[in-house]
Amino acid sequence: MKMLIKNGHVVDPVAKKDGLFDLLIEDGKIKKWEKRLRVDTVDTIIDAKGLVVTPGLIDLHTHLREPGYEYKETIKTGSMAAAAGGFTTIVCMANTNPVNDNAVITEFITKRAQEEAIVNVLPIGAISKNLEGKAMADIGQMAEAGIVGISDDGRCVMDTALMRKSMQYARGFGLMVVSHAEDECLSGHGSMNEGPVATELGLSGSPNAAEELIVARDIALAELTKAKLHIAHMSSRGSLELVKAAKKRGVSVTCEVTPHHLFLTDEAVRGYNTNASVRPPLRSREDALALRRGIEDGFVDTIATDHAPHASFEKEVEFAQAAHGMVGLETSLALCLKLVQDRSIKLSQLIKLMSANPAHILGLKSKGTLKPGADADIAIFDPNEKWNVDPTKFYSKSRNTPFGGWSLKGKIKYTVVNGKIVYENI
Amino acid sequence: MPAHKKKLNTNPPSQAEGFFLALKEKFTGKLPKDCLEIKSLSRNQIETILDLAQEFKEKEARGQKKHEDLKGKALINIFFEPSTRTRTSFELAGRRLSADMMTIAPQASSLSKGESLKDMIENLEAMGPDLMVVRHAASGAPGLIASYTKAAVVNAGDGSHEHPTQALLDAFTVKEKLGEIQGKHLVIVGDISYSRVARSNIYAFCKLGGKVTCVGPATLIPPGIEKMGAKVETDLDKILPHADAVMFLRIQKERQEKMNFPSIAEYTRFYGMNRTRWAALKKEALIMHPGPINRGVEIEPEIADGRLEGGAQTVILDQVKNGTAVRMAVLSLWGRSK
Ligand SMILES: [Zn+2]
Repeated sequence: MKMLIKNGHVVDPVAKKDGLFDLLIEDGKIKKWEKRLRVDTVDTIIDAKGLVVTPGLIDLHTHLREPGYEYKETIKTGSMAAAAGGFTTIVCMANTNPVNDNAVITEFITKRAQEEAIVNVLPIGAISKNLEGKAMADIGQMAEAGIVGISDDGRCVMDTALMRKSMQYARGFGLMVVSHAEDECLSGHGSMNEGPVATELGLSGSPNAAEELIVARDIALAELTKAKLHIAHMSSRGSLELVKAAKKRGVSVTCEVTPHHLFLTDEAVRGYNTNASVRPPLRSREDALALRRGIEDGFVDTIATDHAPHASFEKEVEFAQAAHGMVGLETSLALCLKLVQDRSIKLSQLIKLMSANPAHILGLKSKGTLKPGADADIAIFDPNEKWNVDPTKFYSKSRNTPFGGWSLKGKIKYTVVNGKIVYENI
Repeated sequence: MPAHKKKLNTNPPSQAEGFFLALKEKFTGKLPKDCLEIKSLSRNQIETILDLAQEFKEKEARGQKKHEDLKGKALINIFFEPSTRTRTSFELAGRRLSADMMTIAPQASSLSKGESLKDMIENLEAMGPDLMVVRHAASGAPGLIASYTKAAVVNAGDGSHEHPTQALLDAFTVKEKLGEIQGKHLVIVGDISYSRVARSNIYAFCKLGGKVTCVGPATLIPPGIEKMGAKVETDLDKILPHADAVMFLRIQKERQEKMNFPSIAEYTRFYGMNRTRWAALKKEALIMHPGPINRGVEIEPEIADGRLEGGAQTVILDQVKNGTAVRMAVLSLWGRSK
């Protein structure tokens, strides 16, 4: 099977290329690329004139809801949403029902993904059994079954000793540890930022310090255990400073931010908008701007969606009762392209944040680049096409986005996984 | 405004009609569909409500208690959170305006059995109510309900958000006793963090030209309250001589003792109204409480009962009495503007 992608503007920060190239794909791998390729026989030709061709996007943080909450999302529908957003590999969190805290569930997810998913799905296993924060999950057996890291995401491991032991243990299996940093004693599980807006709305707020305390703790534990630490959905400027300082000391720590923490503030909650209910909460303007600076100066490693589908009945309730989180796979790239349109960063930097860096964090040498020999996972998008976010058109089963009605620029035209077109919109 | 007018002309004329039309001239804009918060009302709108309440109160004094403003209109009081005082006040107001009225107190349990707030309101909506009065423990719930019904929703207190009719009756009482709000200084004492009464009063008094200072333990002063227009003070004794009205908020004993202050005794020592503090007040100052009062905690019993003479007086029962007139005004305006 041969595929030729012609006339595209190829952006590959790993290969350090940014220009017009033709790309040849053979048997699911990148074969070669040149300014102008002459190929006698190919099975498929994509004319990418005017389009940007990049390594497929990689999302370190999604919730696919299967098993247990198939009414919100399934591995299949989540993977379709991913493909529509240009993602070719997604990492799914362990807070399913039952929790992915043992090899049987891990195998179920990977098998299901092989059968039904149209993009690569890599599971994260739980840190603690049933996410209860009390006893260690079957980390080693899950590693054998294919998890790429451990996390109790959705919950914070409040027992520092358990966190320490889990990090030590995970290091032995080469697994990264993903921290949902939230001091639950201080946050009160709040999905609203503490501050003037929360005060006005009469909602209890979670302060930045609730996140920063755990970021500081887990950095200290990473120094102690030498484990690979990854801070999920970092939302506060103080957390960024802690990560910066740790990186400068050489601690093995990486971090992600989400599009919603970059482009929204707690003002979005006004009117008790439950689609803006998320943990960590949408913060102040100062925080959002600091995160954007963190992206510009390279201290933020990746942008992850924290795609968290919920059914409408779970959102059409009192704010304090609403399920936390928002879908993000289908809006992430177009939102993040704003950073390029605003000239905050170059396109190649954005692709690094959304593909090369997450591949590196996962230790995937054949992804995150289009170098010859790499997996043929490719995103092709029109950087100039304008579109309005219409949640009813999502491939995701859920529509819970605070970006409904936003006008965005940049639309995925093709998504290629393993040398096959899994999504096209022309 | 035209929609407003059309509605009025098709309604059967009633005694309050002429008055209402005259008042309407004072509105700077159309009333919002629902009465959810003081925040979104203009000074003119607030004054219109207070003027109509005054009219109702004067008529009552002349023996004219019953009115027909809501004749043929269906009013449902929904009290998700129990409140004898506010509920009876709204019920009396509804009766006096001749509404077809019912009151329901849904059990939290029936909602937890899978029936959502939305399901419940959609069922009530099928009965075609004109007004819904809603008390709910969750901030924002009346607004959510308003999005599922064509009825005008009147917020009777939601979580820590707002309690608009309470602030209106407080403003009415201060205006009645002191002549005006303009330039008057309201001091609110206690649990500002969780208080919807404090929030609504901050908006109401600031909009009416008064000023507001919030006083309480630092743990109970929420961040950013200044942005709403209030000043903040932790020392009650420092501020008392400057107050024209002091409002003591109810301390929820169960909620507070664990974290926000060490004991009720310590709270009372620093923030309770006692004889010494009473003596420091201006002679004409008002002592207020939205109720229900914890005697001996927020206010010493003798002061609460108004047994000290020659100085600041409690107006707690005036607040209750004025509550009916103010709620009549709100129900009348929103019931007819629908
Ligand atoms: Zn999380």
